[in-house]
Amino acid sequence: MKAEQPKYKTSDEVDFVIIGSGAAGGILAKELSTNGFRVVVLEQGPYLTEADYTHNEIKVLGEDLLTNHPKLQPTTFRKTPQDKAKQQRALVYGRSVGGTSVHFTANFWRFHEVDFIERSKVGSIPGANLVDWPIRYADLEPYYTKVEWEIGVSGLAGASPFDPPRSKPYPMPPLPVKSSGVIFERAARQLGWNPFPAPMAILSQPRPGRSACVNCGFCLSFGCEVGAKSSSLVAAIRVAERTGRCEIRPDSYVHRIETDARGRAVGAAYFDKDKNTHLQKAKAVIVCANGAETPRLLLMSANAQFPNGLANNSSGVVGKNLMLNSAAISMGVFEHPLNDYKGFAVSRILHDFYELDARKVGFYGGGGLDGRFDATPIGFALNGLPPDAPKWGSAFKKTLAENFTRTMEVFSHGTSLPREENSFSLDPELKDAWGLPALRLTYKDHPDDLKLVKWLNDRALELLDAAGARKKWSYPITEQEFAVHLLGTCRMGNDPKTSVINTDHRTHDVKNLFLCDGSSLVTSGRGQPTMTIEALAFRAADRITALAKSGEISA
Amino acid sequence: MINELSRRRFLSQAGIGVSAAWVSAHWPEMVSAATRAHQAVQSSAAYKFEFFTPAEATEIDALSARIIPTDDTPGAREAGVLYFIDRALVTFASGDQQKYRDGLPELQSLVREKFSGVEKFSAATVEQQDEVLRTLEANHNEEPPRRRNLHSAETFLEALRLQTIAGFLIDPEAGLGNRGGVGWKLIGREPEHSFLPPFGYYDKDYPGWQPAPKMADKE
Repeated sequence: MKAEQPKYKTSDEVDFVIIGSGAAGGILAKELSTNGFRVVVLEQGPYLTEADYTHNEIKVLGEDLLTNHPKLQPTTFRKTPQDKAKQQRALVYGRSVGGTSVHFTANFWRFHEVDFIERSKVGSIPGANLVDWPIRYADLEPYYTKVEWEIGVSGLAGASPFDPPRSKPYPMPPLPVKSSGVIFERAARQLGWNPFPAPMAILSQPRPGRSACVNCGFCLSFGCEVGAKSSSLVAAIRVAERTGRCEIRPDSYVHRIETDARGRAVGAAYFDKDKNTHLQKAKAVIVCANGAETPRLLLMSANAQFPNGLANNSSGVVGKNLMLNSAAISMGVFEHPLNDYKGFAVSRILHDFYELDARKVGFYGGGGLDGRFDATPIGFALNGLPPDAPKWGSAFKKTLAENFTRTMEVFSHGTSLPREENSFSLDPELKDAWGLPALRLTYKDHPDDLKLVKWLNDRALELLDAAGARKKWSYPITEQEFAVHLLGTCRMGNDPKTSVINTDHRTHDVKNLFLCDGSSLVTSGRGQPTMTIEALAFRAADRITALAKSGEISA
Repeated sequence: MINELSRRRFLSQAGIGVSAAWVSAHWPEMVSAATRAHQAVQSSAAYKFEFFTPAEATEIDALSARIIPTDDTPGAREAGVLYFIDRALVTFASGDQQKYRDGLPELQSLVREKFSGVEKFSAATVEQQDEVLRTLEANHNEEPPRRRNLHSAETFLEALRLQTIAGFLIDPEAGLGNRGGVGWKLIGREPEHSFLPPFGYYDKDYPGWQPAPKMADKE
């Protein structure tokens, strides 16, 4: 249900133009329009709603209904800056109103205190560019609480002995436990670990205009037809629209931020659906385009004043220090049906290994495990069977029939160390369907990240043994060449020489340009960044509102 | 039939957790989606091939029937996989057309090379057909990395396998394949789109969340 929206003229200088309607952009649109500002949100993807989402795997996984399109938006990859990049699918992100929050798993872990101060705690790590955040967990705690209550997160406060302090319990109880959760919980306790109900941005109780989860089984990668998954579309953008001050403009692909002679942003230039260009004028520009597209846009906006890209004069680190989070998956097959295809993905997790002692394990890092099943039928048949399973014929059929209801995953999520060489940049040759430079991913995991994820995966295999899995195996752990979590590429910091934005999310170099999304993160956390991106967005909205009201932005 | 029925069941079960306002606000959209899906289902009697010639269709039918055979349960044939692939190749899988145009004649040469007097795959015995597939598989047998997207087919056989599986297991409501829901029946995926716990064997007797018992010897 789209509320009546204002239609601003492009020549009408609105208070804010927000680029991207995902986890951060949606929340900033809600907060700033609620605070009385006139806001235009430019989203490159279409405006899809519950009625457009589908359980058709071909549409979603084959035709990229909800995500960036590999043919229209080709990408390249190389391991190091010395290599020549070759064309390959390098990343996935949400490309419709609501962004990646439409199709994500919805694991909503807060960062812990250590994530903000780890450099001070562990010291310098060779080959990494690890630094402390300029803010602390305590600065973000009220905003984590705000996310849980306003966006809708189900969970159980106090269930994990490793949880950081919180000012309020969750607004609603955890989702029901799945068979994978029970297996995970029992085995983990047998091993002396501390499993607990997963905090999920999925409603366990209905809210106005939104249903509780109906356990349809098409969750990860799919949009939620009943509004139970707390996407920024259902949880924030609809609120923004009801203010009457916020226009969501879909099919608007921003390719340049224009600046004036004083070096201030004047608006965002974009292609409409028919590839005509427009310039939406605004008093300030907020880029929430994700950790790949935000630096790409800044780099594409280079001009005589900003030869290395917008907001990149002082530091030169726009696009750099990329972190993808390390991950591994082990699978177990059990004697009886779990029917884990029913429901959302994850019902139990553990954080016993959140902070490993490098002196004991021999590497930096930490992470969490979750017990889940996130496959849908076609995807499972193609990718979910053991490596020695038959690929066709009656034996293939038999294995498929046996395993679909009896399989679960133990997913390891871990830290990634920032390395300056790991980046998103502009490919010097390849162009997208609009003639713009394609994204080039440069990435090579720090050796500690790979050691960590192997170590975590060994714990996952121990867990599956303790659980009595009758068969278990792991997907190969190799250096990553494909990006899902897009973090750290315009990092926050106090020093303009080493960071792109300050603690107000304002770029050091352009006074009325703000960035807020995965690119703002200084460390990677333990594999679940969206909760922190949303908490940062709520905090950024407060900071930006204060600056705007004091006349600080337009001065 | 299955489309409208299960869509309605989805809605009525969804009602357990949904506010009445939500259902009434969305009902017209949901019903029209169900109707569209229903209309999209075509019967094989009326089917007119858009990509395959009748001769090619016979070969693809024989091939997909070895990937997911009809044995004591329905296979690719009963699910209407041939029709799914034909439509796929003129719509979302049009990028795979050349793989089929090149791959099928190559496969037929292999059949003739291996079995003298056998002119085409569909004329071979089931044992011969399986031997052809094993030969092709041996030529390309690397472990693919886990990918969630469905773009990964590189060879004719990979594309054929991917599309056979997709045509067998797609949500029957999409009206494209998995006729009668036979694919989901095989793997034990119930046709509904909303479920209540308990879901499976291991959670049915779960007593509810309890904090871990305190252990004196735990650090």
